[in-house]
Amino acid sequence: MADAPQIPDEAEVRARWGGFAWTPENAAQAKIVIARYPEGRQQSAVMPLLDLAQRQVGAETNTQGWLPIPVIEYVAAQLDMPFMRAYEVVTFYTMYNLAPVGRYHVQVCGTTPCMLRGSDDVLAACKAKGLIKGGTTADGLFTFNEVECLGACANAPMVQINDDNFEDLTFDTMTAILDDLAAGLQPKIGPQIDRQTSAPEGGPTATKAMVSENHDYRGEW
Amino acid sequence: MADVTAPPSPPAFVGPLADKDRIFTNVHGFQDWRIDAAMKRGDWDNTKKLLELGQDPIIDIMKASGLRGRGGAGFPTGMKWSFMPKESKDGRPSFLVINADESEPGSCKDREIIRHDPHKLIEGALVAGFAMRARAAYIYIRGEFIYEAKVLFAAVEEAYAKGFIGKNACGSGYDFDVFVHRGAGAYICGEETAQIESLEGKKGQPRLKPPFPAGAGLYGCPTTVNNVESIAVAPTILRRGAAWFSSFGRENNRGTKLFQISGHVNKPCVIEESMSIPFRELIDRHCGGIRGGWDNLMAVIPGGSSVPLVPAAEIMDAPMDFDGLRALGSGLGTAAIIVMDKSTDIVRAIARLSYFYKHESCGQCTPCREGTGWMWRVMERLVTGDADPEEIDMLLQVTKQVEGHTICALGDAAAWPIQGLIRHFRPEIERRIAVKRGGAPVLEAAE
Repeated sequence: MADAPQIPDEAEVRARWGGFAWTPENAAQAKIVIARYPEGRQQSAVMPLLDLAQRQVGAETNTQGWLPIPVIEYVAAQLDMPFMRAYEVVTFYTMYNLAPVGRYHVQVCGTTPCMLRGSDDVLAACKAKGLIKGGTTADGLFTFNEVECLGACANAPMVQINDDNFEDLTFDTMTAILDDLAAGLQPKIGPQIDRQTSAPEGGPTATKAMVSENHDYRGEW
Repeated sequence: MADVTAPPSPPAFVGPLADKDRIFTNVHGFQDWRIDAAMKRGDWDNTKKLLELGQDPIIDIMKASGLRGRGGAGFPTGMKWSFMPKESKDGRPSFLVINADESEPGSCKDREIIRHDPHKLIEGALVAGFAMRARAAYIYIRGEFIYEAKVLFAAVEEAYAKGFIGKNACGSGYDFDVFVHRGAGAYICGEETAQIESLEGKKGQPRLKPPFPAGAGLYGCPTTVNNVESIAVAPTILRRGAAWFSSFGRENNRGTKLFQISGHVNKPCVIEESMSIPFRELIDRHCGGIRGGWDNLMAVIPGGSSVPLVPAAEIMDAPMDFDGLRALGSGLGTAAIIVMDKSTDIVRAIARLSYFYKHESCGQCTPCREGTGWMWRVMERLVTGDADPEEIDMLLQVTKQVEGHTICALGDAAAWPIQGLIRHFRPEIERRIAVKRGGAPVLEAAE
């Protein structure tokens, strides 16, 4: 646990987040989420509600959000579960942030399929832009982490920044994406080369009729 | 499972697959995923008629089709469904859990199904859930699939709005709900009992079996956990018949399969092909060949990070199916093919996987929690050669002590890549140690 994030001083955190409550929209969304699970099994909603809470914290701080202790307590109380059961969920799953993050959360995949296609260059591009692995830049713009396989291996190397994937990266395209974000522009999401999602570069090798029309193959069965 | 790889008779069809025989025609997302477009491609086409086949006949068709689970283990899907209770003796409902926690390094097929053909999955959830007499399906999608989850939530709403799921689904008189549950970043939640724990709002730590999920799973109720691809192919199998599906691939390895090719090929891609297609044909036809030509191929991890690598000479003309790869000491897994050419630092590639397993160990069983970290640290030293030659055998011995001594298969999955490396590339590891010690001259590896 030596590399666990440092949770800021609790008294300050309590002062800032002790009065956390859902926004009206999120309160309605929380109800919808809880209704997905059988009665008496509302604990099942803890993961979606923690995600919702983290997003609300993010919206209030103009960052990607994190989960201060009082916010976790609030979610646990709503689901009638002990705080510790919710806290251990937060610490178990990597997508819950235990400490504040920046406006953009840059998560570069470094697992073998991405490594083979050049994730070292992508990581180098981040470092060259002054991003700090495991930390946030002084201006609060970028938090940078190397993460494990994000499931886009046919489009390696890739990075997830906030809710978007950027794929088929090189040192230059990663640099351009970071430049765009720093300048407040929206870079193109998805593959950064001439390619339709996970089809082979240069065009599909099968079901080519689908390129131009919503082809129904049933007539050929 | 048969461990015989004798050629079947008559000769099996092993590709290439014709477009009309592809199930996931929109896998690359050239067309809209929404329900109207999906229906024009044939989804939700008189699903009521499929349900009218009856519950046991549906399971029989699935058994006859030869479909083996697409999540890695390859357990026959129809048989898995048949383990579910035919009636509830104590009032407990049954559940279908669909595993979309695609986190195996190399795997990226469920993502394509969900974002481009979600209605195949939802229709499959209905027919599968109906056949196993489930009350509802929970689709557990990995947290990092944020866009994919948005699509899936919207697609489920579309299906409800059309009356295809919910009360009296498709006018069949059967009530069936489909819920989507997002994970939050934990590889281990792809293990079925860990997934059930996670669905119940806990840490995703695997449960001991027995009891098996079919007896006591989600909320203590009978549960079947199936991979996305296994469920999404079901409606097409029912429409076209078991004989159609089983006409592809070799005996015991039937059907079509989404292959995901990453690494050192000219054009990585996700593509549906016939099972048992030879490796060389798959790569040449869809991936533009190996980077630098076939002579430049060094090794392949054919089924996602959890299976041992196979050296070039052995895999080049091997059939890509469960039994064919098992005969090579590896496995088909999720058909996530990681290709490595001769420029690869093979020891580092496997060491990176060791780091992955160290990171993803849930911490429940001591051999895995301690072993994955230990194995990774030794692997890191082997990368630079900063080790004693005896440590290679010590590492191998430790992998044997982790393997088979944990509740779930993550311990095995962490051990196998290292075992495969030592089995096939031991001279390379020894060379690095010798170089580091300054003893032996640096020799180019002879072919």
